[in-house]
Amino acid sequence: MKRAYPILAVLTVALLGYSLYEALVVAPTDRLQGDVYRIIYYHVPSAWTMFTFFAINFVASVIYLIRRNLKADAVAVAAAELGVVFNTVVLVTGPLWARPVWGIWWTWDIRLTSTLVLWLIYVSYLLLRRFSSGGQMPLLAATLAVFGALDMPLVYFSIWFFRTQHPQPVVGGGGSIDPRMLHIWLLNWFAFECFGLLVFWSRYRLEIMRREVEETRELESLLETRSPR
Amino acid sequence: MSSGTSIARATLLKDLRLEWRSKDAINSMLFFALLVVVIFSFSFDPTAEESRRIAGGLVWVAFLFAAVVALNQTWARELRNQVLDAYRVSPAPANSLFLAKALGNFIFVAVLEVLMTPLFIVFYNLRAEGPAYQLLVVALLGTWALVVNGTFFAAISLRTRSREIMLPLLLFPISIPALLAMVEATSSILTGEFSARFWIVLLAAYDVVFTMASLFLFELVLNAE
Repeated sequence: MKRAYPILAVLTVALLGYSLYEALVVAPTDRLQGDVYRIIYYHVPSAWTMFTFFAINFVASVIYLIRRNLKADAVAVAAAELGVVFNTVVLVTGPLWARPVWGIWWTWDIRLTSTLVLWLIYVSYLLLRRFSSGGQMPLLAATLAVFGALDMPLVYFSIWFFRTQHPQPVVGGGGSIDPRMLHIWLLNWFAFECFGLLVFWSRYRLEIMRREVEETRELESLLETRSPR
Repeated sequence: MSSGTSIARATLLKDLRLEWRSKDAINSMLFFALLVVVIFSFSFDPTAEESRRIAGGLVWVAFLFAAVVALNQTWARELRNQVLDAYRVSPAPANSLFLAKALGNFIFVAVLEVLMTPLFIVFYNLRAEGPAYQLLVVALLGTWALVVNGTFFAAISLRTRSREIMLPLLLFPISIPALLAMVEATSSILTGEFSARFWIVLLAAYDVVFTMASLFLFELVLNAE
């Protein structure tokens, strides 16, 4: 497994470079929006990657609740942090695009609002992890993750009542898109997932190491208090 | 009567008696809600027409903030003399403790709402244009939505540093759909412009989902080491 890490790293750098070139140079300019539309090559793949990591967090949390496996908890924390990062990217790139195209930075539309609420829920999840300590923290965090996952459909339905302004999903939503654009889009998505996976892997290993260090320290302090006698 | 219900009843009665003698929670909630009402009325200066539109948000924000006061002391009280630890080692079912606490909080917040509603009506010149009996349904479902999650998250935040700050940070994001439903339902009943049915159904769904989830997970949280 450890040998796969540098391979993934090289692949990610190559993919990110290639997809950046494709998105900024090769992709045709949009007939209506001009060059500003190119931000969707970052906005939408970030959103998809965000969902991947929040899904990983939910699954890992459920596994933790059933099995009490500490590795599942390390997966959950790494996935939650990455999810929040990609969620932030989505929330920042969205208004950057909306201002020139819609004429406003923000609107309380269903997709925007539910993404913001998702961000709020996961920030509170990370805060809980930060403010609690010891062996009970993974369990408390996992229950909160389950509550958050139960909340999302309700959030979606509650905001669904308002008129929606966000463009409908082009992939699988019946919209029309230039096949070249779609190709570059999917390429960017793949690059982002690889990048996310790379950072996720590092963060996961860091979390495992951090726990080992903590355990060793606790053990050492236990031994030290005994030895001077 | 099964042992679960009698334990729940005993805990509930104990909490109510404690509150009846000290009146800590209800007094601080009342004063807090009163402050919110006064401060809001300064910052909005509402006419009758306008206040009908914003009152839904105002009322529920005031109740939400005030409810946090009661929720925060739900479990903190049981830490003294290791009551919670005693409960943990006893064979009593965890869910009856949870239900008793949630019901107790429901009663406290409901009393607060009953006492505060006349004040809101007087200060903001409120009169329902829509079917007023629906307000009662919204209040019952909405209060339960706040306290069921509030009681659960209070048990979680009890285990954290600076627990009193933690509770609203956990409770508010999860409560967003419920709050939205309460506010929109109240506003549409007060203005009489829309039907509140969708929001009431949503609130009921929220209540069912999170009551089940709390009952399912509370034992784990209570016994978390």
